[in-house]
Amino acid sequence: MNEGKGEEVELIKDGKRLDGRGFEEFRPLKIEVGVLKRADGSCYLELGDNKVIAAVYGPREMHPRHAQDAKMAVVKYRYNMAPFSVDDRKRPGPDRRSVEISKVSREALDPVIIKEYYPKMAIEVYVEMLQSDAGTRTAGINAASVALADAGIPMTDLVSSIAVGKIGGEVVLDLNAVEDNYGEADMPIAMIARTNTITALQMDGRMTKDEFERGLKLAMGACQQIYALQRAALIERYSKSKEGEE
Amino acid sequence: MGLEIIGDLRKDYTCNLIRNGQRVEGRGFREYREIRVERDVIKRAEGSARVKIGDTEVLVGIKLDTGEPFADSPDTGVIITNAELVPLASPEFESGPPNEDSVQLARVVDRGIRGSEAIDLEKLCIEEGEKVWIVFIDIHVLDDDGNLVDAAALGAIASLMNIRIPNERYGLTGDDTLPMRETPVAVTMVEVEGKILVDPNFYEESAATSRLTVISNADGSLSGMQKSGCGGLKEAEIAEMVEIGIEKAGELRETYLPPL
Repeated sequence: MNEGKGEEVELIKDGKRLDGRGFEEFRPLKIEVGVLKRADGSCYLELGDNKVIAAVYGPREMHPRHAQDAKMAVVKYRYNMAPFSVDDRKRPGPDRRSVEISKVSREALDPVIIKEYYPKMAIEVYVEMLQSDAGTRTAGINAASVALADAGIPMTDLVSSIAVGKIGGEVVLDLNAVEDNYGEADMPIAMIARTNTITALQMDGRMTKDEFERGLKLAMGACQQIYALQRAALIERYSKSKEGEE
Repeated sequence: MGLEIIGDLRKDYTCNLIRNGQRVEGRGFREYREIRVERDVIKRAEGSARVKIGDTEVLVGIKLDTGEPFADSPDTGVIITNAELVPLASPEFESGPPNEDSVQLARVVDRGIRGSEAIDLEKLCIEEGEKVWIVFIDIHVLDDDGNLVDAAALGAIASLMNIRIPNERYGLTGDDTLPMRETPVAVTMVEVEGKILVDPNFYEESAATSRLTVISNADGSLSGMQKSGCGGLKEAEIAEMVEIGIEKAGELRETYLPPL
């Protein structure tokens, strides 16, 4: 946010966004389930120009052992950007941004995972950003949620995620990279669609209370649509294997 | 194991109190603990503040240095915020590289200051593309009895509002005051037993599954938010928290910060 300060970029022309989307439209979302062989569960996801792959391992033994929880499984989440995923090469390894995103994303998914079934175990989620175009954490959470289901981890529901933001004075859904760089605010959320429960919420930039309230509603509505797409992708994957393809 | 059991008992005790409409220190759900802000406590720092919220204590020190601007913003100063959860402050803190809690603390405080554009960074340019002022905000936690974010954010803005730019030390001339134009204030709340509590202490933080920090400005606009913890919140709860957050921020601003 605010990175492009000083330069004026017109993000909205004739009531349309630069990529032709309306204010309340998210980018095309593509979800593929079970794309990796070795992982217990996996998902490949595209949100516009974001390309993300998520893998789930576990439940398996928790290391280090002192970090085990005697009553329930521990959820681990690693958000990682490939060095080539952004314009200026990202130095490999965790930086402060990815440490924070990993924490927030883990906390977004944790509420739906029935951890009590697996005391002392770890459920590990690895999310790799292969190509990034703003909104990577929301793409990552969507992919991770599907990968958890693909791994057969007991869950009460899926988690769906999207960002809203403010560009050119308007509240819009799902900022792309240009909009994120030159926009006024960005607010990623994650939600359990069935119960309308918010499990992640961050806000960056500046907006009024009214804009925030409208933005939250808009994002919650979009999460319902994303939820339907996540479910459809899972159902498609498993109806295929029923027909004896696997 | 022993500590875990004590933790569970403490959690039960806290939840029981809250169910009965009470809090550990006997304060109201929307009441802060006693706050003390002491400014200019460190002579060597360009600005500093020691903030106490109840038994929570945080020291924020600000140092200014000159350096190169970022390539994508050659004419603006730089803010670098860091937080250290030193082992002196809690039996739960360990020495070593920053963990996710200290990273989150620093980034949330930073987000508030950046989002509100509290510092006019363009005025911190010394020579375009070559030399700008770098503002280092260092948060040193001394005692963690819960709600480090509000203490750190208040310490940061209080320190920033009282800074002398060390022009002489760098052979420069110019205005010595840091160009401030906003006063973002963070208000953190937790949800326990369906109740919203402002300024959670350590007990209440451990009993809560969700925590929300709302950072707002003098005009009531929002300049940063962060939910943390493995619980969920409903839209109506978030709306109420935002409302409370803005109101409480106004009170804190009026009481503990000088006018801009």
